[in-house]
Amino acid sequence: MRTAVQIASDVKSGASSAIRELSLSLDAVRARNEELHVFLYIDQEGAREAAARVDAVVAKGDDAGPLAGVPIAIKDNMCQRGVPTTCASKILEGWRPPYSATVIDRLLAAGAVPVGKTNLDEFAMGSSTENSAFGPTRNPLDPSRVPGGSSGGSAAAVAADMTPLSVGSDTGGSIRQPAALCGLVGVKPTYGLVSRYGLIAFASSLDQIGPFAKTVTDAATLLEVLAGHDPLDSTSLPEPSPSLVAHLDDGVSGKRIGVVAELIDGADDEVVGAVHRAMDVLREAGASIVELSIPELRLGLSAYYLIAPAEASSNLARFDGVRYGLRVNADDVAAMNEATRTAGFGAEVKRRIMLGTYALSAGYYDAYYGQALKVRTQMIEAFARAYRDVDLLIGATTPTVAFAFGEKTSNPMAMYLSDVFTIPTNLAGEAALSVPFGTGEAGLPIGVQLLGPGRSEAQLLAAARVLELADGRS
Amino acid sequence: MTLPNGWQMVVGLEVHTELKTASKMFCGCANVFGAQPNTNICPVCLGLPGSLPVLNERAVEFAMAIGLALHSNIAPSTFHRKNYFYPDMPKDFQISQHDLPINVGGYLDLPDASRVSIERAHLEEDTGKSTHLGGTGRLKGADRSLVDYNRSGVPLVEIVSGPDIRSSAQARAYAQELRGILIATGASDGRMEEGSMRIDANVSIRKANAPFGTRCEIKNLNSLRSLQRAIDYEALRQVGLLEGGGTVRQETRHWDENLGETSTMRIKEDADDYRYFREPDLVDLAPDQTWQERVRAGLPPMPAERRQKLSARLSHPTSAQLDAVEVVIDLGLEELVERAVDGGAEVTLAISRAANELAASIDNISNLSSESFTATLLMEQRGELSATQAKTVLCELLALGGDPQAIAVAMGYEQLSSGSLGATVATLIEQHPDEWARFCEGDEKLAQFFVGQVMRLTNGQANGKSVIAELQARR
Repeated sequence: MRTAVQIASDVKSGASSAIRELSLSLDAVRARNEELHVFLYIDQEGAREAAARVDAVVAKGDDAGPLAGVPIAIKDNMCQRGVPTTCASKILEGWRPPYSATVIDRLLAAGAVPVGKTNLDEFAMGSSTENSAFGPTRNPLDPSRVPGGSSGGSAAAVAADMTPLSVGSDTGGSIRQPAALCGLVGVKPTYGLVSRYGLIAFASSLDQIGPFAKTVTDAATLLEVLAGHDPLDSTSLPEPSPSLVAHLDDGVSGKRIGVVAELIDGADDEVVGAVHRAMDVLREAGASIVELSIPELRLGLSAYYLIAPAEASSNLARFDGVRYGLRVNADDVAAMNEATRTAGFGAEVKRRIMLGTYALSAGYYDAYYGQALKVRTQMIEAFARAYRDVDLLIGATTPTVAFAFGEKTSNPMAMYLSDVFTIPTNLAGEAALSVPFGTGEAGLPIGVQLLGPGRSEAQLLAAARVLELADGRS
Repeated sequence: MTLPNGWQMVVGLEVHTELKTASKMFCGCANVFGAQPNTNICPVCLGLPGSLPVLNERAVEFAMAIGLALHSNIAPSTFHRKNYFYPDMPKDFQISQHDLPINVGGYLDLPDASRVSIERAHLEEDTGKSTHLGGTGRLKGADRSLVDYNRSGVPLVEIVSGPDIRSSAQARAYAQELRGILIATGASDGRMEEGSMRIDANVSIRKANAPFGTRCEIKNLNSLRSLQRAIDYEALRQVGLLEGGGTVRQETRHWDENLGETSTMRIKEDADDYRYFREPDLVDLAPDQTWQERVRAGLPPMPAERRQKLSARLSHPTSAQLDAVEVVIDLGLEELVERAVDGGAEVTLAISRAANELAASIDNISNLSSESFTATLLMEQRGELSATQAKTVLCELLALGGDPQAIAVAMGYEQLSSGSLGATVATLIEQHPDEWARFCEGDEKLAQFFVGQVMRLTNGQANGKSVIAELQARR
């Protein structure tokens, strides 16, 4: 399959058309969606209109944008006007938002063609898509295994060549982990780089939208489109979208890269081996590698599982049956709220709402939520100290390659641990990505994680490009 | 009202005021009262999934203006979420300020020279408005509940006083003075009947200098009269409880205006746990010195200063005149008064007519130009209108507008202007030569005879003083 950059170029030159690219994409979706359960909704009509608009712009001789005619898949926790948006939850089944997320508007303005909404763990809570109320997504590389999560559908769409690009959201690793498990490039941008307006919040202070792609260049191209200040999001960074594609070949010469013990320890040997080989490649490309330890990162998982559920317990309060989505009638309003939420939310969502409610309750706040905020501050400071000595950090994205269905569903802690390497970046509000590097068990891909301070996306993508070339891809 | 047996009431007030911004607190929807239900709504104030709040700069400026007028410190502040379920609150949490409000401390001096401390004045968003059909009109037991989200997200400032108030009259004076300040800053229209200013009263009683007693909070008092009555009722209720050997239970109470009594709404022991935490969708709010100074520079004079300025025009003001000044300032009529005085009207007359006749028709005040007001007062001073006639002309002007001279003519007052009064007096002198001769010889009693005759001819519309002046001029 051609890259997004090639497709956009072909559409603009007239060698192809947006309508033709869409129909190729829809063919690929039809071929495997039943088997893999990637899309919760396919927006044929809307996609056709978007593609026709792109072709009309090209026909007029105007610039149709950097993603002209590129089919793209959208994680189903982003609002798109008139298109069912469910968060893979029964509580929102059938709801069609009357407005679009800022990222949707930006994608359309850049010529992209959103083909549909992809599966996820309910409200982005999970690491395998097994928590979707509408059934799990399968890993296109091995359908007996999970694609990761929570953005499993978006990862699978690209891995199955249904769309060359997709958009996910990353609260504790929900882009990087499925990218690693599906052999893709996945970026968790700096908090505030991409507008959250229209992203249905899981944990507002941690959520960030980012790209999935098969190549570093495609990921950078998409991130440039998504990024930039949005007056509708108060936490949006004030700067315009950074220049990323122009720096892709900057390399790593002279860069200091720290390999972090806490971002490797506990990973399978084959994963650790891949990280070591990646270090060698970066060293050969001119970087100096420093071994370091950031002990504070070990506290990340505990802090995350207080902060994220606490925010979620408040963010998900609005699903009360009063205004939209599911309503289960009962004798009075409180009983209706309770019946609706009992029927509408799945087990993991309920678990986190209860956890978060407890963590914020009078008498427990200081011991739990308050303590977690202190850990978060320590983590930010620890990263800042590390970045005084090094430019970037490297580690594993996930402890293992893609795991089998049911392997971790009975033990929430085991599932939570699959995000242990990715969570610290979200707590610190910084940037990180996962890039495929080598393979492990059964030929399944391994993801190497590169981490940097806020707004280091250009450096991260340039380093990822070095690994991508060494890995013999593109 | 004084409480019996040496009991003293301790009152603190929480005043919520809607801010007169063009748009809502966190979105671009119009902030207007009385629109068709659910017409001023958008994804943000409906709390639709994915929507995010963006703080209204004007709301912050109004909050700062209120704080500055109350001598508060403008402090670096944050927003918190106050979490609880209620159908008229679309996110099921309210964005408010918690431990770090924008205005900290301050005080308000009342016209009687007492001072009430201010604890804080913070920003928050209003909820939607529920209407419950069937049952008692409350949520519980209603057949059906309708929600209008037009009010959802309207900016509010909540002003919390210290427990410094010691009588219902002082509470009323505080609320009235605060209302004047809110109107002066432009932050609020102060319309209690439309709910743009709502008051909760915390009431407890104690013996003088004893520690504070257990307090009850009376919710949503929406007129000054209700405020005063509710506080008196509640304080007396607590006296009755304590003197009967009982105790006061900390609770939230509802004021029934018709019954004239408070009743239990909910008991505080099972107070809600609002699970406050920092609103992650907003950034901290710390207005810098430049911004604060800009708001301070834009502040108009506050009621106390305006009262002082107007009272200074009175040489030895009586307490009735000072009360009138308070009314004039309260209703914002001092500009009319000032202009009339500058135009030659007597200051006591201008204040009196403003505090009585204009105050009585304050809703129609826009019908009255300062020129008409001045002209009417001058006609009265010149004797062209009697006091009764001047009042009538002002009422006409307020009701319908127009020109005072024309109104006087239309009312048949025109023959009483000095020319026509002279003609009437001349005729009477001709008809009563004997009485005139005795008056000319110095029998002053006969002046009253002529005044009486003039009154008879003019149906009592003539100005007695003017008649005497006419007689004196001809003697």
